[in-house]
Amino acid sequence: MLVYLLRRLGQSLFVVAAMAVLVFVGVYAIGNPIDIMISPDADQAEMEAAIARLGLDKPLWEQFFIFVGNALQGDLGKSFVYSTDAVSIILAKLPATMELAMLALVFAVFIGVPLGMIAGLRPHSLAGKSIMAGSILGFSLPNFWQGMMLILLFAVLLKWLPSGGRGETAELFGIPFSFLTLDGLSHMLLPAINLALFKTSLVIRLARAGTREAALQDYVKFARAKGLSSQRIVLVHIAKNIMIPVVTILGLELGSMIAFAVVTESVFAWPGMGKLLIDSINLLDRPVVVAYLMLTVFMFIIINFIVDMLYCVLDPRVRLSEAKA
Amino acid sequence: MTDVLKDTETRDTTARPHWRASPLLRFGAEFAESPVAVAALLVTLLLALLALFADFITPQNPYDLMQLDIMNNMLAPGETTFDGEMTFHLGTDDQGRDMLSAIIFGLRLSLGVGAMSTVIALSLGMCIGVLAAYFGGKVDAVIMRIVDLQLSFPAILIALILLAVLGKGVDKVIIALITVQWAYYARTVRGTALVERRKEYVEAATCLALSHRRIVFRHLLPNCLPPLIVVATVQVANAIALEATLSFLGVGVPITEPSLGLLIANGYDYMLSGKYWVAFFPGVALVATIVAINLVGDQLRDVLNPRLKR
Repeated sequence: MLVYLLRRLGQSLFVVAAMAVLVFVGVYAIGNPIDIMISPDADQAEMEAAIARLGLDKPLWEQFFIFVGNALQGDLGKSFVYSTDAVSIILAKLPATMELAMLALVFAVFIGVPLGMIAGLRPHSLAGKSIMAGSILGFSLPNFWQGMMLILLFAVLLKWLPSGGRGETAELFGIPFSFLTLDGLSHMLLPAINLALFKTSLVIRLARAGTREAALQDYVKFARAKGLSSQRIVLVHIAKNIMIPVVTILGLELGSMIAFAVVTESVFAWPGMGKLLIDSINLLDRPVVVAYLMLTVFMFIIINFIVDMLYCVLDPRVRLSEAKA
Repeated sequence: MTDVLKDTETRDTTARPHWRASPLLRFGAEFAESPVAVAALLVTLLLALLALFADFITPQNPYDLMQLDIMNNMLAPGETTFDGEMTFHLGTDDQGRDMLSAIIFGLRLSLGVGAMSTVIALSLGMCIGVLAAYFGGKVDAVIMRIVDLQLSFPAILIALILLAVLGKGVDKVIIALITVQWAYYARTVRGTALVERRKEYVEAATCLALSHRRIVFRHLLPNCLPPLIVVATVQVANAIALEATLSFLGVGVPITEPSLGLLIANGYDYMLSGKYWVAFFPGVALVATIVAINLVGDQLRDVLNPRLKR
């Protein structure tokens, strides 16, 4: 167990280091940030002063070590556009992205599980078949286009819901959240549906497979023999047992939801981390791009690490095969 | 009862030609058992032909500025030019470009990027995966670690990192798509090759003292192809969707070579004022392409999967 943990930790550190090199070399060494930051009519002396101030006159490896040293202290540079700390800009946008991802997760579970169970209990009925066809469509529709069609239908044609932005926010622990106001919630609805669609399709498939398997198990037969109503069997016995894989997968997918929020936030002009990334790429605001990528990769490494550790604790087979490898 | 009888009868009649006909014919017959899949295949072929012969089919060349007239901008579907000479069946965009022509040219780029990145990623992943399986041990462990690691990150995140580093461009998008995809092929081919490697024909080839290269590429690899074909079909659809997403976000193809994703992005602003066609029709073309390819992939998986063989 300890060997596995240490090996896994070493790997994670290696990935962080590899990412740091890739991002640093890619974003800093190619091109020249001075051209963007200084007005073209600055004279040679001003130019050199700025280069020295940013430490760009030093050799590349030295710049890299300064970057790493600062990064280890949680400093990933100052934004060129906002001239404040890049990490704090991103963290300020984090709540908006998180509340959107959470609502989408709720949608995915509360729509996906019941539909998946219906499809699992009646796989050959019309309802079951159309639910599965819908889930294939859900996998195939490109996220951004589906979001635009939601805007077209509900915001432009029907005028029921707003097309973008975050709406009114209320503060909780000093952080503004949209889900606390009615206006904010109406702004959240479309983006959350958009972000949830892909995961809902996934949950439908998991729930359907789980239900089909669970319906054949002995405990279901026993419950039936005991004379329980089929309603109770489905809602209590089967539902409980299919939730294990659903929860596991969704926990894993939370990270990818935050990555996919880049698309949803761009479509719905939702002021979260993802939109910040795209705006920063377009504005050539390198420190923010670097900070976003480093933070996201770091988050993923932590999620993956925790999941691997949990598997290792839960399933002895993983532990044994890993210890040998 | 009668249903059961009928079922066994039809199975008997179809079973006979199955083992007599050539493998390719049998494969075709099994594929054709699903009418939906056949329709999807026809749609895919049609879209590919449209893309291939875009120059000859489209009413105008959307990138030849001589053929565009700004007077025709933002016409609704079905409207005609002022002199009534040409009908814009799908409307025009802000430059007076015929949307139908723009979509067919966009389709060419989307399909081209998707197919090319898939072919390169397939060859790359296939070689890496089969080498990992054939040599085993340390080589295998290191390669599969990298594969696992890469697959633990969402594809869009990796593509965004690469494009943030590389910048815009068709070639750069292809590089990003290859990087995202190779690991799927490597993992798939390794799994199959590990099973195939233990079979007798490999042992026989080894006894004949054939070179490693010959055994891997002439004996092992051809037998690992069926699952790869399935993965590749689905991955073409994924690659097209990912390219469209990246172009929509403004980090994919440049504005001078619009793919379907970029056409949709161009229509975004107009959509809010109710001029839906600039974003809507390229999206329909994109969805049709992805759904058709996915359906073909689904049927291929069913036909090629030995576990489902009767």
